[in-house]
Amino acid sequence: MVKKLRYTNALAVLLTVAGLSAPALAGSEDVVVENAWSRASISVNRPGAAYMTVRNTGEDAVTLTGLATPLAMMPEIHESKTNSDGVSSMAPAGEITIEPGQSVALEPGGLHAMLMKLQEPMTEGENFPLTLTFSDGGKVTVEVPILGIAARGPEG
Amino acid sequence: MQRRQLLLYGAAGAGVLGLTLFVGWWRVDGPGAPEPKGQRPLPLSAMEFRLTDHEENEVGPGNLIGRPTMVFFGFTYCPDVCPTTLSDISGWLEELGDEASEMNVVFITVDPERDTVEAMAEYVGYFHPVIRGWTGPEDQIARAAEGFRASFERVPTEGGGYTMNHTASVFLFDAEGELVTMIDYHEQREFAVPKIQRALTEDVEGAT
Repeated sequence: MVKKLRYTNALAVLLTVAGLSAPALAGSEDVVVENAWSRASISVNRPGAAYMTVRNTGEDAVTLTGLATPLAMMPEIHESKTNSDGVSSMAPAGEITIEPGQSVALEPGGLHAMLMKLQEPMTEGENFPLTLTFSDGGKVTVEVPILGIAARGPEG
Repeated sequence: MQRRQLLLYGAAGAGVLGLTLFVGWWRVDGPGAPEPKGQRPLPLSAMEFRLTDHEENEVGPGNLIGRPTMVFFGFTYCPDVCPTTLSDISGWLEELGDEASEMNVVFITVDPERDTVEAMAEYVGYFHPVIRGWTGPEDQIARAAEGFRASFERVPTEGGGYTMNHTASVFLFDAEGELVTMIDYHEQREFAVPKIQRALTEDVEGAT
């Protein structure tokens, strides 16, 4: 399922595909996912993480309810937090509502798509499809490039 | 009551109140405050623990004295915060250039069950070559964390696995093993690099 693509640079072209664009949807057809990227994993034992910006360009609020990918059996949005004592922890973030015109950033140290139970290793230079599911039943699938383990952002 | 007497009582009352507040401040926040336990890491020379580095050398805090040192805690099964910290540190070290090779940079795992010497070796290999990975028996990791006043806790996850909550700050020591400062998680690079340079300079001053 994971397609092999060759990257001359890390700014991969993201193929954002609106899975369902029936008129019954309320909002998710206006969701745009930008700057998706992830870090390579060591083997399949460790969970992976993917990052992106989810933008709501429409007139209605949208609620991101879940993730799906052939790469991982348990993909979930998690949030890392660091308290005033400097202790970091991580927990499932639950549903995320994005108001019209707003965007939510999944970025290192905050919200991220945590990819648990990897079905295959995340190899630098490859990419994988990640589907975001919204409360109106709409789905948005994005191709996420896999960068190096030490990558700091979508540009590597 | 006479007006003068009122003033006198008022002044005395204010004086007592002021003194009380002052004593309170002195003991709680002022110079009389006890050293906040669980906050300031010990000097490296006062720490005691034995661990193994990713090249199977026996190591401890004594190995770090003599050069400026950067220490942080984490675990290799951490998908977000730890690789981010390691890439941040790798970036700071790149910015420091040749100076980076004059430092000890140590990543201590808080998850020795999964982070064996081999796992640490593979993991640190993806980051700046100066970074060393230390692991060891859980009681020794606990002693190390205690010395740094760092905390860690195992948290079960719904998939039947577990994750670790842990102190994500980076500790900076001078060449004598005295704490210089801490770099908080997500500190801007423009603040982090000068802090590291300060640790490096204190080394120079200490040597003269």
